[in-house]
Amino acid sequence: MKSKLNLDPKVVESARNHARNIAHDMQDFIDRHTTVSTERTILRLLGVDGIDDVETPLPNVVVDHIKDAGGLPRGVAYWIGNAMIQTGLQPQELAEKVAAGELDLTKLPTATAKEAEEAIMPAVHEALHKIKAQTKKREEYLARLGEGRKPYLYVIVATGNIYEDVIQAQAAARQGADIIAVIRSTAQSLLDHVPYGPTTEGFGGTWATQENFRIMRKALDEVGEEIGKYIRLCNYSSGMCMPEIAAMGALERLDVMLNDAIYGILFRDINMQRTIVDQFMSRVIIGYCGIIFNSGEDNYLTTDDAYEAAHTVTASQFINEQFAVLANIQEWQMGLGHAFEMDPDIENGFLYELAQAVMAREIFPNASLKYMPPTKFMTGNIYKGHIQDALFNLVAVWSGQSLQLLGMLTEAVHTPHMQDRYLSIENANYIFNNCRDLGEEVEFKEGGIIQQRAQTVLAKADALLAEVEKEGLFSTIEQGKFGGVKRPRDGGKGLEGVCVKDDQYFNPFIPLMLGGAE
Amino acid sequence: MSEAAKTATAQVDLTKVKPYGDTLNDGMMETMFTLPVPYGEEANEAARQLVKKMGWEEPNVTYSHDMGNGYTFFVVYGKCQHTVDFTQIKVVKVDVEVMDRVECGEYIAENIGRPVVVVGASTGSDAHTVGIDAIINMKGFHGHFGLERFKNVEAYNLGSQVPNEELIAKAKEVNADAILVSQTVTQKDIHIINLTNMAELVEAEGIRDKILLCCGGPRISHELAQELGYDAGFGPHTYAEHVMSYIATEIVKRGWQKRPPLK
Repeated sequence: MKSKLNLDPKVVESARNHARNIAHDMQDFIDRHTTVSTERTILRLLGVDGIDDVETPLPNVVVDHIKDAGGLPRGVAYWIGNAMIQTGLQPQELAEKVAAGELDLTKLPTATAKEAEEAIMPAVHEALHKIKAQTKKREEYLARLGEGRKPYLYVIVATGNIYEDVIQAQAAARQGADIIAVIRSTAQSLLDHVPYGPTTEGFGGTWATQENFRIMRKALDEVGEEIGKYIRLCNYSSGMCMPEIAAMGALERLDVMLNDAIYGILFRDINMQRTIVDQFMSRVIIGYCGIIFNSGEDNYLTTDDAYEAAHTVTASQFINEQFAVLANIQEWQMGLGHAFEMDPDIENGFLYELAQAVMAREIFPNASLKYMPPTKFMTGNIYKGHIQDALFNLVAVWSGQSLQLLGMLTEAVHTPHMQDRYLSIENANYIFNNCRDLGEEVEFKEGGIIQQRAQTVLAKADALLAEVEKEGLFSTIEQGKFGGVKRPRDGGKGLEGVCVKDDQYFNPFIPLMLGGAE
Repeated sequence: MSEAAKTATAQVDLTKVKPYGDTLNDGMMETMFTLPVPYGEEANEAARQLVKKMGWEEPNVTYSHDMGNGYTFFVVYGKCQHTVDFTQIKVVKVDVEVMDRVECGEYIAENIGRPVVVVGASTGSDAHTVGIDAIINMKGFHGHFGLERFKNVEAYNLGSQVPNEELIAKAKEVNADAILVSQTVTQKDIHIINLTNMAELVEAEGIRDKILLCCGGPRISHELAQELGYDAGFGPHTYAEHVMSYIATEIVKRGWQKRPPLK
């Protein structure tokens, strides 16, 4: 395909190479470490669920129990496999006994790592089988019911009550939405456990719990049957419990998950070592079960200036792409993010937004690009806001975006009302239909504003990636080169949950999932 | 012919103000809303009756749309019968002469003679940084530089989801003149709960009379801030210069130039 932006393929290749080296460099670190959340994920996949009498989730109870006994470097898979040999019990039964104070996993006689691994394998395969059954179910639905056209219309529900969310979500689906994202209660990202059960009183959203996932999945399947279209479900695999929520998403057939290799570090002040290790496990799961991840580059543009910092978005997209490659995520599953966030007062701002969006599409031709709407310069003037959203929709259809998070005219006023969602869907449908093939028809003036802008941003992204490669990702973040946010290597939340693996450590899911087992 | 239509230059009676469409006192208003009733003629009539009860005459449902699950959306125009007495309006505002960034710096140098220290964060569970970043960070917002860019101002931005206790601890550590609390999420009045908690903590720490406690956010007003026990509240369209003009002026007013340390 000829570049409409006249991008130099050598610069694209150079940037991608830098990102590949950055990701590989980090992978060495990842392979040497595990985290409490990664270990809890293994337990969840093995079927450990429920809470103890003080509402601590059993995966936390077991991992804390092993950690307190100094056994974390060996990994929970060993301790559970060993306990299965010594007691003949299943993982859930073991967890319940630990919670009741009737069993100390680290005080049992010890088998070899190989024996423990063999003992646990049936439970591992059972988990993989369950996940694959869900993936297959999605494929069946898509084949039978079909799906909406891209850009998919992506809307959020955020009432704080999962049952109210169901009403809003089904209404949105009937109005034409393709993807429903259930917004999470504020501050869940900083919890070092996943809450349990249905939410009826969240703030700014509901907790990401397995039960909430199940309730919404069922509701969307029902409305999908009714309207004859598969409705995708989205939630957040991010924060301190990034991989655990990915596992829950895989088991409950989520289709899209917000998941970014470095977002938690920059914007939630989660320790960088913790996040980097956690993101790997979460992405292996995502890759395995056919979830589309959404990376959070739009956030750079709300904290930093969208015109000045555009190259950090491109650089981060390359990094997210390469981390995804290492987790065996297919290109179509890569929902690399960006956003329409420039100050509307900038002269020719539309041209710069268009340049950025077309560039993202040219650089990542097969990715499911996720495009985020204006938020920072939405004012409460709903009429102007609706026009800002219209320009955003125009760029999206013109540049061939994949997942369109619809802007709401009431952004900056309240979480969307039912009518706001309807108006935004109508806006998008009108523009997408009216301008469907605009991108095929229009070329850009050689050396004009749009071409030059894209070339400049790409060159700056390449230079930034070269610098990151030279200095390492951790020290670049320490210097505040992404999103203008500085984070120390040993600062932030959750460092105490990171440990170096010992030589007998094993995580049975990683090799099997990377190999596409079952 | 109605009173208003007789002359295009009718004088506004400020004691009886009503909405203006294209003729004085025509009362024209527009609203949109959704009712949990199925789409149809009955739904439109329900919308008309509702706005009549709100004091609208000649309601006109210009658009209605089936929302798909027994809900109907309406756009309605009509004529409002109510009036307000504009001459009796009183609004509680942050009462200060706003200086620009450079003037603030000079004012502090001349009248305070030491740097003004400010700590700020989006506290509680609120994850939004846009507000506090707009006020404190160097680049500011919409062409208005943030406090980090001001001369003679030391500003610390602790970011989002900061516990109130932590922000207070920072204030004591750096001997701050003012604490800025940003709140964006307002669902189920979570901001009220959090802001109240902050005010109580500052009181409990025994520093309430030694520090300026300010809050800001898209749904914050000065009146609300005062009700909650804050010195000032900053709503939409306020920038760093508004906040610093207030803080600097207040320090001088209170004679805090040589205020003893908080600890």
